[in-house]
Amino acid sequence: MTALPPAGTSVAPGVPAGRRLSAWLSGRPRVRLAALLAPPAIWLTLVYLAALLALLTTAFFSVDEFTNAVTRTLTLSNVRDVVSDPAYLRASARTVGVAAAVTALCTVIAIPMAFFMAKVAPARSRGLLVALVLTPLWASYLVKVYAWQAMVQPGSGVIAWVLRPLGVDGPGYGLMAVVLTLTYLWLPYMVLPVYAGLERLPDSLVDASADLGAGPWRTFRNVVLPLAYPSIVAGSVFTFSLSLGDYITVQIVGGKAQLLANIVFANYAANLPFAAAIAIIPVLITVAYLAVVRRTGALDNL
Amino acid sequence: MLLSRRGRTILAAAMGLGLAFIYLPLLVVVVNSFNASQVFAWPPRSLTTRWWREVASNTGVREAVLTSVEVGLVATVTAVVLGTLLAFALARYTFFGRQSVSVLVVLPIALPGIVTALALRTAFQTFLGVELSIWTVAVSHATFCMVVVYNNVIARLRRTGTTAEEASADLGADGFTTFRLVTFPLLRGALLAGALLAFGLSFDEIVVTLSTAPPGVTTLPIWIFQNLSRPNQAPVVNVVAAVLVLLSVVPLYLSQRLAADTVTAGRL
Amino acid sequence: MLRTAHVKIATAAAGLALLASACGTTSGGGTTPSAGGGRAKPPSLKALGSVGAGEGTVNILAWAGYAEDGTTDKTVDWVTPFEKETGCQAKVQVANTSDEMFEKMGSGTFDVVSASGDSSLRMIYAGKVAPVNTALLTNYADVPAFEKDQNWNSVDSVAYGMPHGWGAQLMAYRTDKVKPAPDSWSVVWDPGSPYKGAITNYDSPVDGIAAAAVYLMSTKPDLAIKNPYALDQKQFDAAIALLQQQKPAVGTYWASYTDAQKALESGTTVVGSTWQIIVNLAKADKAPVESVLPKEGATGWADTWMVDAKSPHPNCAYLWMNWETKPDVQAQIAEWFGEAPANTKACALTTDKTHCDTYHAQDEAYFSKLWFWSTPQSDCLDGRTDVKCLPYSQWSKAWSSLRS
Repeated sequence: MTALPPAGTSVAPGVPAGRRLSAWLSGRPRVRLAALLAPPAIWLTLVYLAALLALLTTAFFSVDEFTNAVTRTLTLSNVRDVVSDPAYLRASARTVGVAAAVTALCTVIAIPMAFFMAKVAPARSRGLLVALVLTPLWASYLVKVYAWQAMVQPGSGVIAWVLRPLGVDGPGYGLMAVVLTLTYLWLPYMVLPVYAGLERLPDSLVDASADLGAGPWRTFRNVVLPLAYPSIVAGSVFTFSLSLGDYITVQIVGGKAQLLANIVFANYAANLPFAAAIAIIPVLITVAYLAVVRRTGALDNL
Repeated sequence: MLLSRRGRTILAAAMGLGLAFIYLPLLVVVVNSFNASQVFAWPPRSLTTRWWREVASNTGVREAVLTSVEVGLVATVTAVVLGTLLAFALARYTFFGRQSVSVLVVLPIALPGIVTALALRTAFQTFLGVELSIWTVAVSHATFCMVVVYNNVIARLRRTGTTAEEASADLGADGFTTFRLVTFPLLRGALLAGALLAFGLSFDEIVVTLSTAPPGVTTLPIWIFQNLSRPNQAPVVNVVAAVLVLLSVVPLYLSQRLAADTVTAGRL
Repeated sequence: MLRTAHVKIATAAAGLALLASACGTTSGGGTTPSAGGGRAKPPSLKALGSVGAGEGTVNILAWAGYAEDGTTDKTVDWVTPFEKETGCQAKVQVANTSDEMFEKMGSGTFDVVSASGDSSLRMIYAGKVAPVNTALLTNYADVPAFEKDQNWNSVDSVAYGMPHGWGAQLMAYRTDKVKPAPDSWSVVWDPGSPYKGAITNYDSPVDGIAAAAVYLMSTKPDLAIKNPYALDQKQFDAAIALLQQQKPAVGTYWASYTDAQKALESGTTVVGSTWQIIVNLAKADKAPVESVLPKEGATGWADTWMVDAKSPHPNCAYLWMNWETKPDVQAQIAEWFGEAPANTKACALTTDKTHCDTYHAQDEAYFSKLWFWSTPQSDCLDGRTDVKCLPYSQWSKAWSSLRS
């Protein structure tokens, strides 16, 4: 702070342009706001939002049977095909099921870890523990999926090898492998916000609960969990929506299972309108989820 | 905090199991890179360093890493500028549509990757009429990287409040001087954390890159993805995977060094 | 996308107009939807007149293994010598599916594509690829006649590309688990198959449905299927019903040949649709695997180099096609990828002298037993005019529903 310029707020002619601009701006908050907001808002609207809406609008167009080109003939047939075919209803249920299972598993694994990091571990080792949990985020996504392919591979995989003495085979490829892999991929996204939430929680609250005679389980359920809840919801935004949109993991370890994103991917080149019609489902689910989450105020906890 | 011995032991065990869950698969990747066999089977029957030597002379990987770094740098710089502007706008002003903007910035990363990828691809090709290039990849990456910078900066702005800046203004500093001498130093940790995360996101992105890259632009994830499906390439992919696992400690070390609170305060 | 369709149609039309005015080579515009009940014709585009000096660059969209530049394996490189000799820098993008190829062609982003039969006809009718001038294709004469003028590379005897190589969609089986050795597709289609849960099927709308149709051709003759890619509603429904009935018995639908190889080696798959290269790789790893061309016949793929209608570097595109189909380069590709080379002069140059025999490269009788991937159209490919056949968009929708 030693380099602060001398006092004096009046702006005389002859002062540097930057200072004059600054003075001019200081009386005009709306101009400042516009200057701050315009670049990112224009970027997001032009590059993203418009494109997104346009993609979803395509669901109501048709394709030319000879050329596969998208034609602007309006039709409800794509949406009708998606809604009326029970295969897609099943795929939607399967996808939401996987996303929910991943979120639940991540939560169950993350809470004790986060609690240990925030409340049990000595303060000086906290940074290291956080770092240990974070490190895999930097190892490539594909590498991690690839690692899990090696883990679950039927017959010659690592899990199969570990279980062989027990006379059990590994999980093999399929929905189970997808849930395991996605849980692995998104776990740090759950541990971190929950840790941050628990760290803010004063020890005295937990101690008070114990003093009042509550057992550990009761303290956890009635004191810790409600206070950590917004952080869990914040973490679930990642675990749930990232699971909802994944198709590469499913391709690599999913066996013949297909989730919504795979169906979108499989159709987009041949029949973009149909792919768009299917894409509406996960978009609606995500937006609905975000809307619910926003109500809990957890978005500010991200 | 008061906690029974048993409780502590159980929690410590849970932590240990969690870390084992996180690190065992990575260990498998590293060990597998020395597997002499081209076909994966656990446990490896014999080990070799041959594949490591082969990767060292593989120009495809080196070019892919370079491309990824270029894209990552452009995307990160763009995301830092735009994300910071947005964070200031939303933290310091109230205006109509503020809530909507805060959701809009999350959308590119919250919506399914394939939807974001297709939307961006069609935007370039039909709306904007731009030819796909390394720039379209960087622009796309910046779009979803913005949110991590925004999250970090806005959290810091909320926590620090405006008192220091007001003091600076009272002492006669103009807006730009205050930013340079007061606001920026306060934000530095958050900016670095955001930039690091943005670069990491970009470096790792596959779905959006696949649909916004022209021929000849091969980032590292694309290279891995393409070579995953080639039998002769499995050992080379194993080595690259192992290198990425080992290198993942670097950004972490950096973030630890840069600011003590960066890691714990870093927001995803 | 509000404008997609608009732009696409407009660009297609503009592209044609541009070609008409700029090159004086086109005689009409747009897909002609068959006035007077005739069959639809592709937009008429003219082929290149002569190959001039290279433009310095060529953008290539290819299957993995078709354009190797030494970055995959130092010893596997026929792109670098091409660049040195012609001065055309080759920029290669690897495509994963035919649909991806279809989507990426037609805008001039690429000059050439190694199209398979399940996308080639679509590309031709969409005006995405131009006819080729076979007089400029230096190796065209060395391609056996039985591979030319087929409905995956030509329309009305106009050639749209240079044949590259082909292979059959064979049946692979584990010799230790599938006994007796099968000679019929019934082991994968029969509801009482003892290999339930360990059957594999190739994950592609065209091949998947056509494979069912091939089986129906011999088991349900009353459906009167003449060509597995020309199915009317009744025949199509029968094929889908067969696939639905098979679905619970299928262990995996494979898309990448590595996955198929791994599944065969580990025994999670014991029988099903395959490529010769998968069997070769599995055998090289000492897995007890064999392949057979079942008595009902099989589907197959034949890849063709095609030139984008808006190719910015047509000279380099032709230089590339000529390079890629030279006997020595064909020999390298055929062995690296595992396929029958289109240019049979390559047979004398392969490292493994039995390569062409293994892949039946010169065997016309074998070739004629295969139903090569073609793009289904509503004008039946088998020539029927009294019914409409289901076009590709319906095939892909049905496959998507089956797989979901």
